[in-house]
Amino acid sequence: MTTSQASPAPPAQAAPGAPPGSAGSAGSAGSASSAGLPRWALPLAGAAVAVAAYVAFRGTATLPHDDDAAPFQLVNDLRAWVDANRNRSPLFLFFVNYVRLFVGGLYDVFHLVLSLPGWAGLTGVAAGLGWLTGGRRIGLTAALGFGSFGVLGLWEASVATLALVLTAVLLSLLIGLPLGVWAGRSPRLRRLLAPVLDVMQIMPTFAYLAPMVLFFQIGPASAAVATMIYSIPPAIRITALAIEQVSASAVEASTSLGATRWQTLRKVQLPMARATIGLAVNQTIMMALSMVVIAALIAAPGLGSDIIRGLTRANVGLMLPAGVAIVVMAVVLDRITMSAATRAPYETAGRTRWIVAGALAVGGVALGRALPAEFPQEWVLRFAGPVNEAVAWAKFSWYGFTDAVRNLTTEALLNPLQSVLTGSPWWLVSAVVLAVAWRTGGPRPAAVAVGCLLATAPLGLWQHTMETLTTVLVAVALTLIAGLLLGIAAARSPRFAAVQRPLLDAAQTMPAFVYLLPALALFGATRFTAIFASVIYAIPPVVRLVEDGIRNVSPAAVEAALSCGSTDRQLLWKVRLPLARRAILLAANQGIVMTLAMVVVGGLVGAGGLGYDVVSGFSQRSDFGMGFAAGVATVLLGIMLDRITQGADERNSTPGSNRMTTRKKRIA
Amino acid sequence: MRIAHRIRLLAGVLTLGLAAGCGGATVDTGTGTGTASAAPSAGGTQASAGGTVKIAVNPWAGYEASAAVIAHLLEEKLGYTVEKKELAEQVSWEGFENGDVDVIVENWGHEDLKKTFIEDKKVAVEAGSTGNKGVIGWYIPKWMADEYPGITDYKNLNKYAHLFKTSESGDKGQLLFGDPSYVSHEKALIKNLKLDYKVVVGGSEAALIESATQAQQQKKPLLFYFWDPHWLFSKVELARVSLPPYTEGCDADAEKIACDYAELDLDKIVSKKFADTGGKAYELVKNFSWTNEHQNSVANDITNNGMSAEDAAKKWIDANPDVWAAWVPK
Repeated sequence: MTTSQASPAPPAQAAPGAPPGSAGSAGSAGSASSAGLPRWALPLAGAAVAVAAYVAFRGTATLPHDDDAAPFQLVNDLRAWVDANRNRSPLFLFFVNYVRLFVGGLYDVFHLVLSLPGWAGLTGVAAGLGWLTGGRRIGLTAALGFGSFGVLGLWEASVATLALVLTAVLLSLLIGLPLGVWAGRSPRLRRLLAPVLDVMQIMPTFAYLAPMVLFFQIGPASAAVATMIYSIPPAIRITALAIEQVSASAVEASTSLGATRWQTLRKVQLPMARATIGLAVNQTIMMALSMVVIAALIAAPGLGSDIIRGLTRANVGLMLPAGVAIVVMAVVLDRITMSAATRAPYETAGRTRWIVAGALAVGGVALGRALPAEFPQEWVLRFAGPVNEAVAWAKFSWYGFTDAVRNLTTEALLNPLQSVLTGSPWWLVSAVVLAVAWRTGGPRPAAVAVGCLLATAPLGLWQHTMETLTTVLVAVALTLIAGLLLGIAAARSPRFAAVQRPLLDAAQTMPAFVYLLPALALFGATRFTAIFASVIYAIPPVVRLVEDGIRNVSPAAVEAALSCGSTDRQLLWKVRLPLARRAILLAANQGIVMTLAMVVVGGLVGAGGLGYDVVSGFSQRSDFGMGFAAGVATVLLGIMLDRITQGADERNSTPGSNRMTTRKKRIA
Repeated sequence: MRIAHRIRLLAGVLTLGLAAGCGGATVDTGTGTGTASAAPSAGGTQASAGGTVKIAVNPWAGYEASAAVIAHLLEEKLGYTVEKKELAEQVSWEGFENGDVDVIVENWGHEDLKKTFIEDKKVAVEAGSTGNKGVIGWYIPKWMADEYPGITDYKNLNKYAHLFKTSESGDKGQLLFGDPSYVSHEKALIKNLKLDYKVVVGGSEAALIESATQAQQQKKPLLFYFWDPHWLFSKVELARVSLPPYTEGCDADAEKIACDYAELDLDKIVSKKFADTGGKAYELVKNFSWTNEHQNSVANDITNNGMSAEDAAKKWIDANPDVWAAWVPK
């Protein structure tokens, strides 16, 4: 996971670029913390200095946006070269083009195999697989799930999506599992991979769609490769963690009995890590599914295309069935892989189970032979009409309220903050980031954070970075407020938690695009729409972390407070929340990373800033360079925010494992 | 039958891949997966003719209407299978190169892309006009034109900029734009005409339509990017803002554009491969040509009358046999 020593190279060099005066003052702020002043004095003084500097230097040393910045042109030139040499350069003739052919062929094979048994056949096979891994319940889930694709009227699209996901997952696992095993045994490789994987996960998916098109053209092949980039990190990370966590004494025992490294790996480490590796497979599938929609922008076949269509026509009824189908597919694949992974290591499925599973599969296929290949039209449930009516009604009757909420947030929060951030001199913003990161995490994260921030300036994207930072800050603030409230409520009332959980699950699995549209309908094409959508997107993990954090406060502490006569309110504010501080900071960290991902998608609906640059770079050839640079700037911004919050988290804990477990739970 | 077809395709891909072995693989190696639009098999009746035509569907209703009508005729009258792909304009062109796109049914100018893909790379060819005249422009609701004298002249826009202020445009006037992938001179125009406006991106055609409808119903000021042909003109009264008139070549340098959009003869672009081997499907695409009214009626059915693109196309085809009969090759 992202540990602080894994600092990317460029920021470290860029850091000295900050003017000596500001760096010095922040430095003294850090070292003076041991003096006998009250705890709040220093931050307050720091804030006062920053405000004074802002008032004095406002409007100077800003870095306004320029559409023709040199880095953009450089990338554009590179693009022109690739375009011209695609059929000439050996790199393409003997490598890139073969990769495309191979991946595309693999997709065709999967698609063919999945289409052969017909809808009844595939449903039967899925049910059999479910029964085999998890018994009756999972078998039934799988059957109902696959059946629902047909009922939603999306059978063929679902099969295409499934084929694409399986292609990407298979390739991801082929590369990711061995790398993960290797990384689990070699700390050096792990350190080397960590920043690369970080970039792969924070990089907005839009940003690598354009390069994908450049190298692999459009179609299933490049969609599968783009999906792989997104789904490999959990495969590597969780596998590495699994191998690493195998008890050292077991490995010790095995080597002392004379086993070779290979034998130890095969007979001890892999079997003992099996359940966690299962989780790696599971997460890889979930990540791949979440890319399905975005990949549709480069002609990936399947469900994503319906969602894109709904988005461009502002038709919620068109995209909702596809969104539901993606959620259902995620649930079915999740249940099957999880039950396969969590079975006791040496338990084999009983004979009856095999028989039932086999019967289901064979029966399904036989039925598929007998029935027509097309899913019967009369079984299809169509609800586009009612859904659209409901949306129109909500839009009409809530107009006054939504309008007020949007305008209030925009005028009171967004616009002032944005004008402060874009109007401040660059050195002042950097100094503040340095001071905050230093205070939360210490010198090292501070240097990385400020280095990342400064690197956006030579990219030519300072102003847009500030605009995006504004949106992210507001979205994170709203997410945290809402997340804290819901999390506290859930921790206090199990019934509320039980009602809330399935909603959170759905919010997390639903492709982000699906709620971009209702947000668009309610709030129009504004930054607030993007903020609203990212709040929904980021709330689930925040609520979960807060709930867990408060629940896990040691009962002894609660008992002690109660016996001292503290009220419910005091218990919450003085005991539970402070003791859950670490979980809450972690929630902030998670919230930031997810919000950032969503704000870029928000570029599609008027979020502006880096998000729009990335989107525009994908759809307009002349903006290719800017789009790519904006993708890089988003990563830099993500690392900066991560370092600031991560430091706060790690100062109070043992670094490592906890962050890992939470992030791997995230179904982006 | 479809499955057997797929197996054949797959075999084709594999052999092509192997055959290309020694010389490396070029981009169009393996287009077997893509353009299967080979001529309908000899001797078969029309209905059993094989082949898949891949039509790019760009994100606006008029385009979807044209695509739906062509797709319906290809499927029902000539027995082809049609794959529609939701793609942005410029991305669609990339698909010509490796065979993922056969047809773009409504192209708006794009001289730069024509140069790259038709002249330089020779992977695409023009397939004639759609019969639609297209023009992009800046529009305001008609009530504004009545209420504020001279507002339709760009020279007076600065005077009225305060009317168009929104929470997104700050202290400037807002110029609402559509999908990020649309043809756009807005930034250059604002800069070169020294207008006190900011482009705010709505993200889609739907956002433009909705804002325009609201602007009429609730008498809200709005300045927005729009285009003709469009059914909206029959629902909402709009007035066009006149920019400095278009002259030949005034839009040659994207940075220096200070003139209105040209009126375009919208045309169809197909991949070279489709033109060579597309047979009757290519003939039909080439022959396709209709009026703005035709397109608007289909687009209107799709957007406002709750019809799917397929149903709207079918309705138009049933009502206008004399128009499309000339397109279908004998």
